[in-house]
Parts: sequence; C-alpha cells; structure tokens
Amino acid sequence: MKKIVILGAGTAGTMMANHLSRKINHKSWQIIIIDEHQTHYYQPGFLFIPFGTYSKKNVIKKKSKFIPKKVEYISEKIELIEPKKNSIKLQKGNSIEYNVLIVATGCKIVPDEIEGLADENIWHKDAFDFYTIEGALALQKKFENFKGGKLVVHIAEMPIKCPVAPLEFAFLADSFFTKKGIRNDIELTYVTPLSGAFTKQNCSTVLGYLLNEKGIKLVPDFNIEKVDSNAKRIISYDEKEIDFDCLVTIPTNMGDDLIENSDMGDELNFIPTEKHTLQSKNNENIFVIGDATDLPSSKAGSVAHFQAEVLTHNVMNFIRNKPLKPDFDGHANCFIESGFGKAFLIDFNYDVEPVEGKFPFPIIGPMSLLKESRLNHFGKLAFRHIYWNVLLRGLPMPGIPTQMKTWGKKL
Amino acid sequence: MAVKMYSGKEIEVNDEGYFLEPDKWSGEIATEIATEIGIVLTEEHIKVIDFLRNDFKSKGSLPTMRRIKKVGGIQTKDLYRLFPEGPLKKACKIAGLAKPASCI
Ligand SMILES: Cc1cc2nc3c(=O)[nH]c(=O)nc-3n(C[C@H](O)[C@H](O)[C@H](O)COP(=O)(O)OP(=O)(O)OC[C@H]3O[C@@H](n4cnc5c(N)ncnc54)[C@H](O)[C@@H]3O)c2cc1C
Repeated sequence: MKKIVILGAGTAGTMMANHLSRKINHKSWQIIIIDEHQTHYYQPGFLFIPFGTYSKKNVIKKKSKFIPKKVEYISEKIELIEPKKNSIKLQKGNSIEYNVLIVATGCKIVPDEIEGLADENIWHKDAFDFYTIEGALALQKKFENFKGGKLVVHIAEMPIKCPVAPLEFAFLADSFFTKKGIRNDIELTYVTPLSGAFTKQNCSTVLGYLLNEKGIKLVPDFNIEKVDSNAKRIISYDEKEIDFDCLVTIPTNMGDDLIENSDMGDELNFIPTEKHTLQSKNNENIFVIGDATDLPSSKAGSVAHFQAEVLTHNVMNFIRNKPLKPDFDGHANCFIESGFGKAFLIDFNYDVEPVEGKFPFPIIGPMSLLKESRLNHFGKLAFRHIYWNVLLRGLPMPGIPTQMKTWGKKL
Repeated sequence: MAVKMYSGKEIEVNDEGYFLEPDKWSGEIATEIATEIGIVLTEEHIKVIDFLRNDFKSKGSLPTMRRIKKVGGIQTKDLYRLFPEGPLKKACKIAGLAKPASCI
C-alpha cells in the first residue's frame, strides 16, 4: 500500500483528508492523518469570547468527528520529518514512511519571543492574547470587571494569522464598552508595526478612517523590543513607550518547533512553498497548506479552503505523474467585524487589492465589499456553521469560486 | 515615477525615491543616496546593505528585521543605531531596493 500522510488535523489538514478520501483509490492508497490534540477549536470564534458573545462550548468539537472513516487517524505528537528518508517520527519513537507528505501544522503565538511579555506577574493577568482558548477566556474574566483605564491592542510583528482580527478586536471593544456605559473612561489605542491600520493599502485607508471615527488612537511603525512588566509599559526599539492598564497583544506567530527541528523552515518556521502549486520548494513529494506555508497570502481558514481545492487536484496529478496546476491565486475572503452589529467583507488575491463592490454576485450582491453592513455581520456569525458543516468537510462554499472573480467590483 | 541622476546615470525611481531598477545600483550610488538622507556610510552600514541585496536576490522579497537578525546576524538595536527612524526603509533606499511594506 502506498501512503499519503497528513501532518496536523486542524482546518487545512481536516479539509485535505476529506477531499482526498473522496478522490483516492483506497485499494492502493492509504491516507493517514496525525495530530497531537483531540479537540478541534473554531479559532475565528476566539475573537468573540472576551466579549461574552461565545463561550468555550461554542468553539470546540472532537476532531475525530470530522475525519472520514476510510482515513486512519493517529492522535500523537509528531517529533521529526526526515525528507531524505521519506519518513516521519512520532513522539513514542515509531516511524511512518510516506510516498506523499502534506504538512498542515499551522502556526501559533510565541509570547516568549518578546522580552518580559511572558513574565508571570503579567501574562494572562494584565497582558493577554485572544489567539488561544486560554487567553480568550482569561480576557473575558478581565473584561467582566474592567472599570476603565488604558486599553492597548497591539501586534508584535507580521505575519500573523487572520491579520484583520486585531482590528476587529479593537472595534468590538469600542462597541462592548460603549454598551456597558464606560467607553468614556477607557483610552483605546491600536499599536501596529505596519505603517497604517492594515496590510492592504485600500483597506488601510477605510479602516484607518473608522478607527479615528470610533476614537481609537492609531500608533503605526511601532517595533516592540520589550515589555516592562512592573511599570506595565511596552517599549519599542527606537525607545517609544506606551503605558497600559490592560494589554491585548498578538505575539509573534511562528510555525511549529517540529519544522525548525526538521530544518525545513525559514526564520519563523514557515516552510518555503511554491506560491501557485503549494509544492514545497525543497522536496517534490512534500506539499504545504494553510498557516504553515511562507506564502504572502493571508493566513486564514478561508484561504486554506481555496488552497485545499487546488492542492487536492495537484496531489492527484502528482501521484498520476501529471504536471501540477499553478491554480492558487492567493484568494482570500474575510469578514471584518466593525462593532455595533455591523461588518465589512473583503475579497482579494496576490495581485488585486480589496475593492468596493458586491459579492459573490455582481450588482445584486448581496454582501457589500469594503462597506459596512448588518448583513455582513450576520455573514460573519453564520461562518461558524459554514466552517463546521461545509468548510471542514471539504465541500464547496455556495457561490464562492476558488479563483477570485473581478466582475461586480469597482476596479 | 520620476528619473533621477546618480553618478552620471539616469535611474527610474518611484515618487518617494525608491529604485525601480535595482540592477543599475552600485556602491558609488549608495554613497550618494546615503548623503542625500543624511547618513555617512561605514563598514557596518555596508554589511547591512550587502545582506539586503543578496537576500533579495535569492528570495525575491525584502527581508524583515527578524530575518536580518536571524540570518544576517545583525541586531535590531544596531539597525536603529545605523539607520535612525525607520531603519528598513532607509536601508532599502540606500540599497536600491523597493520600499518595504512597513519599517519593520
Ligand atoms: C482569533 C482568530 C480569529 C480568526 N478569524 C478568522 C476568520 O474570521 N476567518 C478565517 O478564515 N480565518 C480566521 N482565523 C484563522 C484560521 O483559524 C486559521 O488560518 C486556520 O485555522 C489555519 O488552519 P491550519 O490547518 O493551517 O492550522 P490549524 O487549524 O491551527 O491546525 C494545525 C494543527 O496542527 C497540529 N500540530 C501542529 N504541530 C504538531 C505536531 N508537532 N504534532 C502533532 N500535531 C501538530 C495542531 O494541533 C493543530 O491541530 C482566525 C484565527 C484566530 C486565532
């Protein structure tokens, strides 16, 4: 039996298991998927936990529920990838050989990368993340009793997964504390290493305007060096200082240590990947998908969805000795919560910036791109159901093509 | 887009003075751009510029400060000392490369 081994049963790995299980000839191929955790977290839901909109039970399900029956699921930590031997090593010491390897080990926050941030007297006490379930729950507690003061929303360095999440967080915080009646007692600041509010110029202008309108102070070009955990202050390399009572930070995002130990990654443990085919640059039988790649596309579940369709095709072509198709165009499609029950929708790829228009159907919409609306907010909330029932199962999203369409947009 | 004269050569630059033709760059030109933005080049500056150009050539994208530290062995503090106020932007400009998306 030949083997396709998938590393990581998160968003991308689970989708690949479903896609390939439907396509492969199970008589000659075995599919194996490996993950160290048993619980699948709906990470986009973490954004809503600090504000009490979602609780823990809204964002978790058992991973095994989403793995097809014909796929073997191993629940164990992966220690090492040995590309020269076409083999991987698991924690208990046993090895598995593969014909094709798909790496979908994602990325995670690493607070230790910033001096002082992980200090015991501050981490999850006055400085929080909301990119982990633990961080989001700790912040929910903090916000319950928060009476006012300096609330600083901060990004350490790019790239981060879901690059719009920190902005959404700031908008939602504004809305949350306004409804609580204490917005005037809170100084809300948004601190970013970028030169503007967002990575994409078009969006940056609209979103920067919105920050201003909501009374959120923008501090751009802030390159953090350290946190003074006693003074409760973040300090940049060029000695700018910002005090906080509550810091909500997105620490450095990195690929898993597994990638570093296997000597397969760049300086952030992201794997060099061919941007249109998703084949790894160094090994022709290794493919990479989702947050684990070094691609300039956004690290988002919706991107992984588009990638999964292209990669399924390419893995099938690879095992049939056919040429790979360069079909991934960097397509991303994200809702941006803007507070008070409204949201934006943006749609872009490697070459085309987010633009105004209607999506997915020209003119009639129904959802406005780069314009705030109630309907987009409902779209964002509905995404949770689409995620569990459509996305993870590797089914096409209704009306949304893999490659970006430019009709209906004002280019 | 604009055209600027550096060491007697016409070079296309964008509105902010970043090179559109990295191949026309030379050490001499680097000195001229540095003078324009008030920096006197030393061996330390040249080490950064060489790293930027070589890394861009092999990867096809501009390195981040983390990469300059991890791969190029140049501390971020030193970058701020050598190219004060927006080190990556200034270093890229002197190296005849495009404008980085952020100064970090
Ligand atoms: C707060 C937040 C909000 C977000 N909002 C959105 C949104 O609105 N829309 C959107 O599209 N995306 C959003 N995202 C991003 C989205 O969740 C990720 O891009 C997506 O989950 C990436 O999928 P992945 O499979 O690459 O990684 P993951 O889903 O993170 O899966 C990686 C898996 O690999 C496993 N793994 C890693 N290393 C090992 C090892 N050594 N051994 C065994 N197993 C290992 C992990 O246990 C994990 O299960 C958000 C993310 C966050 C954190």
